[in-house]
Amino acid sequence: MEALTRIAHASIRVAADLTPAEAKANAAAQMAGLAYGLAAIGPGIGIGMIFGKAIEAMARQPESAGMVRTTMFLGVAFTEALALIGFVAFILLKFA
Amino acid sequence: MFLNHIAVILGEGSGRGFSFPPINTILRWRDVVPGINKVVIIAILSAVIGTALFLVAAMKDARKAPKGSRNLAEIIVEFIEKNIIMETMGKDGMGWTPFLLTMFVFIYLCNLPGIIPFIQMPATARMGVPAFMALLVWVVFNATGIKHQGLFGYFKNVLFPPGVPKALYILVTPIELISTLVVRPFSLAVRLFANMLAGHLLLVIFALLTQALIQAQTQKFFLMPIGVLPFALLIFLTGFEILVAFLQAYIFTVLTAVYIGGATHPEH
Repeated sequence: MEALTRIAHASIRVAADLTPAEAKANAAAQMAGLAYGLAAIGPGIGIGMIFGKAIEAMARQPESAGMVRTTMFLGVAFTEALALIGFVAFILLKFA
Repeated sequence: MFLNHIAVILGEGSGRGFSFPPINTILRWRDVVPGINKVVIIAILSAVIGTALFLVAAMKDARKAPKGSRNLAEIIVEFIEKNIIMETMGKDGMGWTPFLLTMFVFIYLCNLPGIIPFIQMPATARMGVPAFMALLVWVVFNATGIKHQGLFGYFKNVLFPPGVPKALYILVTPIELISTLVVRPFSLAVRLFANMLAGHLLLVIFALLTQALIQAQTQKFFLMPIGVLPFALLIFLTGFEILVAFLQAYIFTVLTAVYIGGATHPEH
């Protein structure tokens, strides 16, 4: 039990102990994780769909595989950008 | 008992254990000469190495069977022509081979130091290089469009895409304006930068975790075997970063080719 309290003290200190700047940094760190998590949902689903459809297309028409692959990477690049902007938001919240 | 050890690993306010360093110690390097730091040196070196490779290859006798550096150079040129230009611009885009080749080789060589031991810093993980490349691409594809369709024709095609009902232009024109002139260069730069920065941070995190577990000052013997796990992941991620370095250079070049191709031949 004593060990648990020590862990709690090590990771999150009691709110009363925090100066305003520390409280702000804490909130920013938690929101940073949340921001990246939310930003990853949509692109995750989107990239899954793109790859799935591309594999379907390549299986149906193997001779068009080259064209499908290029277009697939294009689509992935556009979709992935959203997740990466979320990652940049994470970096800015956490470190800036 | 076990929880006590976890509390020790977590640091508990003492200087020991795992703590992530501030981001500037990972990304900001001291100037060797005023204005020139590690990232600048890497960028200059990759430009020099890329140029040297193709100059050496070009000086060899073209009639003999290619080998060595010429073989490598021919593979890269063929890759650009076959997999990037033919797939996106078609045969009349072949004139763009030198530009796209330079871009691809430079970005790839800038990405690669991220996994080379003792260097381990991709030059593209600082915003400067990707931002400049994206601005260059922005200028080039807009200039190509203006050259091929005229100033008025290019902006008419960009802002008022044909085949859209007249009433929808209220909605479509602002979207097209922002997506072509603002979002394109922004997403090009951010994609390259964020991918390389994320890879760099991942490698740093797992290297630090390995060190913290193996060299823990508590010297708990059971921590050392656990330290093998992040080390294995570190090796795997290093291999993965080679793939990412190539993929990002490829995607940047393909998107450049698509933008230039779209500016040369408007959709009717």
